[in-house]
Amino acid sequence: MNKEVIIETKGLDLTFETNDGPVHALKDINLTIGKGEFVSFIGPSGCGKTTLLRVMADLEQPTGGTCTVNGVSPHEARMARAYGYVFQAAGLYPWRTIGGNIKLPLEIMGYSKAEQIERVSKVLELVELDGFEKKFPWQLSGGMQQRASIARALAFDADILLMDEPFGALDEIVRDHLNEQLLALWERTHKTIGFVTHSIPEAVYLSTKIVVMSPRPGRIADIIESTLPKERPLEIRDTPEFIAIAHRVREGLLEGHSNG
Amino acid sequence: MRSFAPVLTVVGAIFVIWYGAAVALNSAWAYDKAKRADVSLSFTEMVADTMVQKKPLLPAPHQVAVEIYKTTVQKKITSKRSLIWHGWITLSATLLGFAMGTGLGILLAVGIVYSRAMDMSVMPWVITSQTIPILAVAPMIIVVLNAVGVSGLLPKAIISMYLSFFPVVVGMVKGLRAPDAMQMDQMRTWNTSKAKTFWKLRLPSSMPYLFPSLKIAMAASLVGAIVGELPTGAVAGLGARLLAGSYYGQTIQIWSALISAAILAAMLVALIGVLQNITLKRMGMLR
Repeated sequence: MNKEVIIETKGLDLTFETNDGPVHALKDINLTIGKGEFVSFIGPSGCGKTTLLRVMADLEQPTGGTCTVNGVSPHEARMARAYGYVFQAAGLYPWRTIGGNIKLPLEIMGYSKAEQIERVSKVLELVELDGFEKKFPWQLSGGMQQRASIARALAFDADILLMDEPFGALDEIVRDHLNEQLLALWERTHKTIGFVTHSIPEAVYLSTKIVVMSPRPGRIADIIESTLPKERPLEIRDTPEFIAIAHRVREGLLEGHSNG
Repeated sequence: MRSFAPVLTVVGAIFVIWYGAAVALNSAWAYDKAKRADVSLSFTEMVADTMVQKKPLLPAPHQVAVEIYKTTVQKKITSKRSLIWHGWITLSATLLGFAMGTGLGILLAVGIVYSRAMDMSVMPWVITSQTIPILAVAPMIIVVLNAVGVSGLLPKAIISMYLSFFPVVVGMVKGLRAPDAMQMDQMRTWNTSKAKTFWKLRLPSSMPYLFPSLKIAMAASLVGAIVGELPTGAVAGLGARLLAGSYYGQTIQIWSALISAAILAAMLVALIGVLQNITLKRMGMLR
């Protein structure tokens, strides 16, 4: 692998101090994410997949080891606004229109008015929400709201997109559609994507690399480099190759469970 | 207006109880008068008398209505016997006190939300301030301010502020803390300054909490202004009408001032309700 390294963790450790004693959320995480990769984190709840993503985003502080984003600490990367983060809930402001919501980070980051307008229409088109700029969030379905929140994360110049179960609350049909769109979007924007999920088909369908994690303590059970081609119609999920990778993910999850 | 029937029912019930109580309470005086005049009263004569006494224990609703009509519509606004003139005196102190109380309340809430030291130190005093009876504090505020040459509107407004800042502090602390952990994290991911987080997230999020607080503050403010008028020797204002009425046993005057104050409070609170509806509708928080 000779790609430029975007995110790297070495011996990453994180222990939460809680009232019930320390919780070992992450243990010895060693991982490299190259430029333009689509990396999924999959595992049962409590395996630390979200925590790992939050460490990369400087929303949690590791208690051991190192993590670099774009060659600098996550804190410096956050200060430089190096990533867009998509949360599980769309988190759109009800008092702002869809356009206004997407403008929010642009206003905060001090983009000019003209550039704000230009970028809003560009990302709305990217997530296929053109024409919805003046609508309010409550006028949109859950899936459309989540697309708007992805658009918001894409609106400013960040090459990294971190997504924490963005489609977790949506039904299967909407989810399939959004997965397809996400792949097309990734293809067009060449972003580096970190994607937390608990769905095996979703992880296999989307990723170039699948990180299988297991709980107590949260650790990496397996890292699978996908052999699927970049061009992925939904039907690819019925091919033997896809099923083989999904099988290996399932094995990894089971193994992690029995060892834990 | 789907809520019209229940409202009318309640109003009707209040009138029935009020008239009943007026007859019961004023009958003693009616019988007393009759005894001294050496005549005996039939029941209907007694009831008729209880409705028209000059200084009844409890004036009948129509007596209060007539008194309010006489002292509003039939008096010049500039007259010292006009209830509108007195009402305006009280209203101006109420509005000034309300504005000051709202400002102080919001400032304190911002301080409490942003500074842990203020959260720990100020909040207990805010609560303590409201446990002191305002009737005890009001004369001292009036006297002290008068000693330093401040009199008239401002001392009353300060008493209004003292009562009205409290609901605003409590509501706004809750409101400014309304954004959840995810929304705050999202602001962090954009490396947002504290000031921008305040203007773009915290303040808009607090609006649904602000308006109910303002309604309570407005009502409290009016009570404050009325209380503030009592120790000054009953010169002007609805409070003065109450006090003067009780000096001379003018119960009809007391009740008309009281009802006027209630109507004024209802109108002010309704006004805030309208502002609330407009604001929240425009913010997409009300559907």
